[in-house]
Amino acid sequence: MSIQVRNICKTFGNFVALDDVSLDFPTGELVALLGPSGCGKTTLLRVIAGLEQADAGQVLLDGADASRTHVRERQVGFVFQHYALFRHMNVFDNVAFGMRMKPRDQRPSEKAIRAKVEELLALVQLEWLADRFPSQLSGGQRQRIALARALAVEPRVLLLDEPFGALDAKVRKELRRWLRKLHDELHITSIFVTHDQEEALEVADRVVLMDRGHVEQIGTPEEVYRQPATPFVYGFLGSVNFFHGRVDGGNLRVGEDVLPHSPQDFDTGSEVIAFARPHELDLVPDAHADTGVAARITRILAFGVTVRVELDGLNGATGQHFEVELTQQRVTELALAEGQTVRLLPSRLKVFQRNDAIGASA
Amino acid sequence: MSAATTLNWTAAPRGDAAIRFESREATREVPWVKWTILGISLTFFAVFLLMPLVAVFVEALRKGWETYWSALIHEDALWAIKLTLTAAAISVPLNLVFGVSAAWAIAKFEFRGKHLLITLIDLPFSVSPVIAGLIYVLIFGAQGWLGPWLAEYDIKIIFAVPGIVLATVFVTFPFVARELIPLMQAQGREEEEAAIVLGANGWQTFWYVTLPNIKWGLLYGVILCNARAMGEFGAVSVVSGHIRGQTNTLPLHVEILYNEYQFAAAFAVASLLALLALVTLAVKTWVEHRASGGNQSREAHQDAAS
Repeated sequence: MSIQVRNICKTFGNFVALDDVSLDFPTGELVALLGPSGCGKTTLLRVIAGLEQADAGQVLLDGADASRTHVRERQVGFVFQHYALFRHMNVFDNVAFGMRMKPRDQRPSEKAIRAKVEELLALVQLEWLADRFPSQLSGGQRQRIALARALAVEPRVLLLDEPFGALDAKVRKELRRWLRKLHDELHITSIFVTHDQEEALEVADRVVLMDRGHVEQIGTPEEVYRQPATPFVYGFLGSVNFFHGRVDGGNLRVGEDVLPHSPQDFDTGSEVIAFARPHELDLVPDAHADTGVAARITRILAFGVTVRVELDGLNGATGQHFEVELTQQRVTELALAEGQTVRLLPSRLKVFQRNDAIGASA
Repeated sequence: MSAATTLNWTAAPRGDAAIRFESREATREVPWVKWTILGISLTFFAVFLLMPLVAVFVEALRKGWETYWSALIHEDALWAIKLTLTAAAISVPLNLVFGVSAAWAIAKFEFRGKHLLITLIDLPFSVSPVIAGLIYVLIFGAQGWLGPWLAEYDIKIIFAVPGIVLATVFVTFPFVARELIPLMQAQGREEEEAAIVLGANGWQTFWYVTLPNIKWGLLYGVILCNARAMGEFGAVSVVSGHIRGQTNTLPLHVEILYNEYQFAAAFAVASLLALLALVTLAVKTWVEHRASGGNQSREAHQDAAS
């Protein structure tokens, strides 16, 4: 089933959680709502589910306006951040709950319910836990039971609120892969909320980036990572270095330093902010070179496949920190040492107008 | 596995912790400190708690079983028992409903004046029972606000059973609500939201999800509420008018007998109330045991499983 969201607004007191949000979720896709905490992603999910009433706007499920439809008639499956399993019921009763609550004329027989629960427990690979209580399960098991319970009512949409948020790193990675596989089997339209960019990029077909109640960018994981549409997206997806500067003909002036970069579509003199990922920066050991931003090496971290060099800006970029990723070979070649003054030279720069660059310091 | 261990640690009965603490040389107190503290608390317990309780039964039976029995089956005593039970039978269910809805409103909804409501719930505890009684006299009494109107329709509230019930409801209101509010606040809304998303209607959500989660707390509140309802003296004393065989509850009956120097009879009726208190305590302990026992047996189960 497709989900469309039209001009949704929602405020809590003075706080604007969603500001005129419109989105399309095509049938069968797994979409991630990604953003920092407080960006409105969970609110949007709850509005779609009907657990929260939007101040304005519409939610269309399969093209039909659902704004007046009660939560229990929307046929959505919702997996809560802390699972919300019924603690006084065992796993079997938890999964069977949705079917047992149906009106008498629609309710399956107890035998059919049993078969369905067993099928779902097999799907989440936890058949052997049917008699346990939620307090006896690990976090990952609870998560999977919560999912089985949501699927039991055969929802048309599956909504997951921070599905891996409360799990430790190893289990989280496993469950991510598992969720992706499950989605490929079931092909149910799914939306999950996360603040973890790696999780979103790894699991989702499509990523919706949100910040302060606005949608910043929508795209496949590759699109949003390779072509960030706004400074916020650039800053939020992966580590990033930025330079405040002014366009000067074919160059970018950062304080007294010059970056040889020709930003297009910018007039000379306009204030800009330029981004580069750590691997897009190179170091020139000569402190007296004509180009590049001067910086002092504070730390060299050589334990990974690549070497991470941390620097403090000098001259025009005083008080700023930079992070550069180099190959082991390049570091040996340059004979870098902590305390040395070098120049930063970007191989690729993404330039944005200064005034909309707020929030990019993340 | 690690989760299981942490759970067991937190769920370990406090007594165990005390034993562990006591058994270690490093954390053990010097004997004289231990015995002094034990001595003080046990003496206090004996003088202020145990002795009065024993005294009640001793005094009640001083003149033999026959006097005791005749005091209990005296017409006025039987009436007092009946009235007390009636007052409790009306006020406890009322407070059960009020308490659950008040706790529900406070724990699950946001609204203006919520803090005021939380504070006001405690009013019956903080105000003197005499004032509680006086409030009703001032409202419903012959000289009160509604007095003339009530007289016109020949409705008697003060110096009658309705007044007693009203006063009892007032003083026992906080028990259920107080017990449930922290419980329901701690549990939050998520389970109920989950139930609704799964298609349960309001009643099903309450019956299958909310109630099972609060049942022991609720029962606990009801037991305390009942104990107070049967034992309430101050507020009831003001509104009842002490009409023998009509508006006398058990505690009031005890006072009347005592004032008439019928000590054996007074103590006999008092022993009935004391017995009631003991039963209440026993039931309360059982409920507490069940409330935590359920968890413990689950822990044990988990131990076996992991």
